[in-house]
Amino acid sequence: MTPDTPRPAAGAPKQRSRVRRRLNSALRMFAALVFAGGIYAIVAPGGAQGAAPLTPAAEAGKALYDVSCITCHGANAQGVDGRGPSLIGVGSAAVEFQVETGRMPAARQEAQAERKDPMFTVDQSRQLGAYIQELGGGPQLPEGEDFASKGKIARGGELYRINCSSCHAFSGGGGALSSGKYAPSLEPATDRQIYAAMLTGPQNMPVFGDNELSPQDKFDIIAYVQSLQSDSDPGGWGLGRFGPVTEGLAIFLVGVVALVFAALWIAGKS
Amino acid sequence: MKRRKVDLKALPGKAAEEVDTRLPVATPLRSVLNKVFPDHWSFLLGEIALFSFIILLLTGTFLALFFEPSLQEVRYDGSYLPLQGVEMSRAYETALDLSFDVRGGLVMRQMHHWAALLFMAAIVVHMFRVFMTGAFRKPREINWIIGLSMFWLGFTEGFAGYSLPDDALSGTGLRIASAIMLSIPVIGSWVTTSLFGGEFPGEIILSRLYILHVFLLPLILLALVSIHVGLVFVQKHTQWPGPGRTNKNVVGERMFPRYAIKQGGFFMLVFAVIALMGGLFQINPIWLFGPYEAAVVSAGSQPDWYVMFLDGSTRLMPAWDIRFLGYNIPPLFWPTVVLPGILSVVPMAYPWIEARWKKDKGSHNLLQRPRDVPDRTGLAAMAGAFYLVLTISGGNDIVADKFHISLNAMTWAGRIGLLVLPPLAYYFARRLALGLQQHDREVLAHGVETGIIKRLPDGRFVEVHQPLAAPDEHGHTDLPYVGWTVPKKMNRVGALGPAIRGFFRPIEQPAPPRQEEQPREEITTGKH
Repeated sequence: MTPDTPRPAAGAPKQRSRVRRRLNSALRMFAALVFAGGIYAIVAPGGAQGAAPLTPAAEAGKALYDVSCITCHGANAQGVDGRGPSLIGVGSAAVEFQVETGRMPAARQEAQAERKDPMFTVDQSRQLGAYIQELGGGPQLPEGEDFASKGKIARGGELYRINCSSCHAFSGGGGALSSGKYAPSLEPATDRQIYAAMLTGPQNMPVFGDNELSPQDKFDIIAYVQSLQSDSDPGGWGLGRFGPVTEGLAIFLVGVVALVFAALWIAGKS
Repeated sequence: MKRRKVDLKALPGKAAEEVDTRLPVATPLRSVLNKVFPDHWSFLLGEIALFSFIILLLTGTFLALFFEPSLQEVRYDGSYLPLQGVEMSRAYETALDLSFDVRGGLVMRQMHHWAALLFMAAIVVHMFRVFMTGAFRKPREINWIIGLSMFWLGFTEGFAGYSLPDDALSGTGLRIASAIMLSIPVIGSWVTTSLFGGEFPGEIILSRLYILHVFLLPLILLALVSIHVGLVFVQKHTQWPGPGRTNKNVVGERMFPRYAIKQGGFFMLVFAVIALMGGLFQINPIWLFGPYEAAVVSAGSQPDWYVMFLDGSTRLMPAWDIRFLGYNIPPLFWPTVVLPGILSVVPMAYPWIEARWKKDKGSHNLLQRPRDVPDRTGLAAMAGAFYLVLTISGGNDIVADKFHISLNAMTWAGRIGLLVLPPLAYYFARRLALGLQQHDREVLAHGVETGIIKRLPDGRFVEVHQPLAAPDEHGHTDLPYVGWTVPKKMNRVGALGPAIRGFFRPIEQPAPPRQEEQPREEITTGKH
């Protein structure tokens, strides 16, 4: 409202209401600021927690991180462009999987990091996990080392065949993906590692979160995968469980070769 | 009561006479038993297929006693723990019971499968032998065609067989087969729906495959095997050229007793190899594949080796979608319908193609050594390289994974290899054949290389040759090449076979060298 268009019937109340309006809007502004700040304080994870002191385990993990991981993943695990991704939000499960299987630290940049002898002990990799967990949060593994005994093998087999066998093959022996990538063999994997892989989806693997495969589903799958390893082949030597490829090789290298020699021997007897 | 005297020695003869007076078989049987067969190891390759077929019939009959090709849904309650309580078809359940609950069932299943692989392998090896030695030429073109038909029948029979257990791998194979049929332009959908009785997988397919696998195809195969072997009797077996062997005679051994006994022994050996493989090597572990569900497709899903070349051709085929007259021709059509079509028709016409190419319409009962027909040997190498590239490409994901090669690189290596390697194989095989021919001619003209190097007075070194006949004034011999082995070593001169007898080691041990006279030590020791 402008002074050029005065309204005679509203002279004295106009003064009063302008004060009240100023007061009102100031109050509303204050309330909005408090609300926004409050929301921010609730939602934003960074500031307040970053300042919080690390637990001793995470502190030890940070010390390891700063000498072994920082080159590629950067200070505060924010990632280095062209070298390594940010680790904010990956959780201790991902760290445990990558470090305990020896995939991290990676030997070189290539299609996929390979499983190798781990560089850190189990304790060290859990310290690293604790550091990354406290830094950015993310999925964590349940307690315990033995998940296989909590699962049902037959149900795990059904889940495995539908969800896992298209890459890891019916035998768990792994398979090829495009451009040099591959699904690794599950033979050396421990219960915790299989759980962590499903939970975090390392490298080219999809994530199987708890809404896709519940923790009990995961235990079932682990039980099946581990039973595959302990299950001895009832039919003799399993030929690597590769299926018809090695079977075809065997019939020529063993069957045909043996019988050609037999033919040479029999035909020579005249 | 007076006991009648039985002359045991006269019993077989009398019994035979009794039979012959009722059924006049003696005369035809005599000519069959006296039939002469030439002997060479390469003539036994087809027998491997024949004997595998017999073992397939025997083990297959055992399996049919316990297997039920039913798609009825059941809940597994057998002794294999990791599948207990899982829903599956009755077919898969009975296949599992065969493996775990029927005594001897697993070894029978494995023998049946190994025998099937061996049957197809022996057919292919035998086919290469027949092709490279020219045994398909007139008058044996019909038998060549029957042989090729048996390869394709065995192919179909094998496919039907490994589709029966209704495990995840066989279901995946059936899915691919239905996709192949769907890819045929115009008639594809009718073919598929009539075979499957509607949409894939339907409920009828296993019963149809079963009757095909246990009745129709074995019957046709059995008939063709009989004609195939019967024609060998009627047309007589081909033989290698050599002393006394002509286009009009057969030099070898009589069918009975020696040849029949040797064949019986060879059957036992084939049986032994199949039984050993069935007992020692696990094949088609259906319990690991799980029951078939449309959503389950495992990595490393391959067909058996004789179908793998079609899998390979599919993997190598670029995704070229062609629209023609309003119809879509999917890329799958070319590698899985057109390619096998060409591969089955062209080889059947080959005997006539070659007769026209070489302008040779005569009958041939003598074989040719592969080196003496370099073009045909080159073609065989070319076909082998083509088939090998396709077969390896059929398992290229396993190769890529286990040898740490990029799968894309394997696909491109297969594509380039399919075009480049067969011509190279043709060239090298042809050059090899020509080189071997040249060496034969050299030995015939100059004699056998003795390995003795002589230094001439002017300082030159020459190798001393042993001429095979009296040489002329230039030191050359003028011997004709008869199409058979030319002696290349001194100890092969003058005899057809090797001079030292024995297969793995010499039968006749040379006499031990004479011991040197030892000084009689006992006399000196006696003095002490």
